[in-house]
Amino acid sequence: MKTENQRAWFFVLPVMLLVAFNALVPIMTVVNYSVQETFGNNVFFWQGLDWFEQILRSDRFHAALGRQFMFTFLILIIEVPLGIIIALSMPRKGFWVPVCLVTMALPMLIPWNVVGAMWNIFTLPDIGLLGYLMNHTLGIEYDMTQDPFAAWVTIITMDVWHWTSLVVLLSYAGLVSIPDAYYQAAKIDGATPWKVFRYIQLPKMKTVLTIAILLRFMDSFNIYTEPFVLTGGGPGNSTTLLSIDLVKIALGQFDLGPAAAMSLIYFAITLLVSWLFYTLMTKDDAK
Amino acid sequence: MAKITLSKLRHSYMPNPSSDADYALKEIDLDWTDGGAYALLGPSGCGKSTLLNIISGLLVPSEGRILFDDKDVTDLPPDQRNIAQVFQFPVIYDTMTVRDNLAFPLRNRNVPEDKVAARVAEIAEMLEVTDMLDTRASHLSPDNKQKISMGRGLVRDDVNVVMFDEPLTVIDPHLKWKLRSKLKELHQRVKATMIYVTHDQTEALTFADQVVVMQEGEIVQIGTPVELFERPQHTFVGHFIGSPGMNILPAVEDGGRVLFEGSNVTLEGPTTGAGGKTEVGIRPEFVGISDTGIPARVTKVSDIGRHAVVETMVGDTAVKAVTDHASLTQGEEIHLSFRPDQTRLYRDGWIATEATT
Repeated sequence: MKTENQRAWFFVLPVMLLVAFNALVPIMTVVNYSVQETFGNNVFFWQGLDWFEQILRSDRFHAALGRQFMFTFLILIIEVPLGIIIALSMPRKGFWVPVCLVTMALPMLIPWNVVGAMWNIFTLPDIGLLGYLMNHTLGIEYDMTQDPFAAWVTIITMDVWHWTSLVVLLSYAGLVSIPDAYYQAAKIDGATPWKVFRYIQLPKMKTVLTIAILLRFMDSFNIYTEPFVLTGGGPGNSTTLLSIDLVKIALGQFDLGPAAAMSLIYFAITLLVSWLFYTLMTKDDAK
Repeated sequence: MAKITLSKLRHSYMPNPSSDADYALKEIDLDWTDGGAYALLGPSGCGKSTLLNIISGLLVPSEGRILFDDKDVTDLPPDQRNIAQVFQFPVIYDTMTVRDNLAFPLRNRNVPEDKVAARVAEIAEMLEVTDMLDTRASHLSPDNKQKISMGRGLVRDDVNVVMFDEPLTVIDPHLKWKLRSKLKELHQRVKATMIYVTHDQTEALTFADQVVVMQEGEIVQIGTPVELFERPQHTFVGHFIGSPGMNILPAVEDGGRVLFEGSNVTLEGPTTGAGGKTEVGIRPEFVGISDTGIPARVTKVSDIGRHAVVETMVGDTAVKAVTDHASLTQGEEIHLSFRPDQTRLYRDGWIATEATT
């Protein structure tokens, strides 16, 4: 006879507690805020789904979401191909391998706010190295505190500088795992370098690239610190990404209800895009 | 299809090789005739893969020339040598179908599409993979993947030589035999020169007409499977081929006689040379158990089906014998007799008796 008991639950309990405290409880708090209105003093009024409706209809939200998608799109189409190209041109063996790897990893080790501050100073028109060089030496007008276009160029460049290494390192890991025999066989089969890339390197990098793109999507879609420190969302609202706007609403205006509703919508979008992307990328393998 | 000539070939992986030991491949002179099936046999690290990569052009030799049909190809890259190579692990293009995999080498050479289709169909039929032509190659089993790698080599009709670098390593034992006979059959059908690298004597002996045995970057013997088995030119070949390997026994020359552990041993014929380290070589199959002869004590009897392998001690030397009857017991005192025409003398490893035929 098989005896049944409920003892297994005890083993799962620690994990459930952990997940509860670090995910479920905070999210439920946000859900709680999102359907109520408060004027402080811990007094709440039921509001239903009004905040959600208000956010989804708001032009301000649409604009921030548009900027957010634009930002993520731009950094992805720059960082992914660039990362692959750098990974392909890195040496596979010898003395330069560790040198390249460490150099590549350096930007990723710098804290977000420091990156923002660095680039802020770097690009200041009068004292920054880049800013001075552009304005005073090359004579190109460049001031990211005044010009929205310059601000965008700067935050994109900053993110590319900070995070392309992640794509490089993951792609490189994929590349070095390809046995020599593949290259030798391709050579004997008379494959051109493009065909080697298309039929050997790219397929073998697919898994790591999926992870790289997913990580870069989530990170860039939720980015806050770097653009906040660099531009503070300006000039005007031109670089106010979703997270910066969210913090403005929640902490600047202390509109906890709308901010909570916006967080949930924000979260849902991130989740949905990640899921869609992952499903599409792994669909072929299951066949 | 071509004749392959290796002339004074040497290779070292070091930039400035000074002594003989620096060479992964010591001087090699070799002629392989068109359409033959050859095996390169030797333990891991003996230089057989180096030699293969030199023939395929993946490696440029430090010295010497390689000729295909008397045309010097030493400096040509692999894709211009018209060779095909099958590697230890199946190399397939994961994202392509089996059909596209087979067509790949042809399409890269701009062969017209109708000819490609005809060749692919022909090769697929030969390899018995016609029903999988439209499946993605990544979904195949290892043995089918290896078949596709072979197919990519055979699909071009202008190949000079097809090379196999231990192609059955990842194949299940029961499929190894099948794939091996397939290979043999393919060789008879396409008549291309084939070189098969392996450390497995069974694979080499079943596949090849001529086996090249290598050791430490040197060719020790080239011969048919029978020659290698019956008359090893070197004790290494005797050891390496046959299961169990040849008995190599320390011997002393005393005038015209050869003594092993104090007993007189009759050799196949007159000896050559003089001095050096002398050893008597005899295959266990030719060691008999008799009433008189060299006294020995049985240490172990293993029944391996049709035969029994009897391990004995003669003095301090172990001698193996293969017999039909396993009625011996451990510790029993017996006598061994060596069949004279299969008993050879080796001097410093190399054969030093002449056959009297």
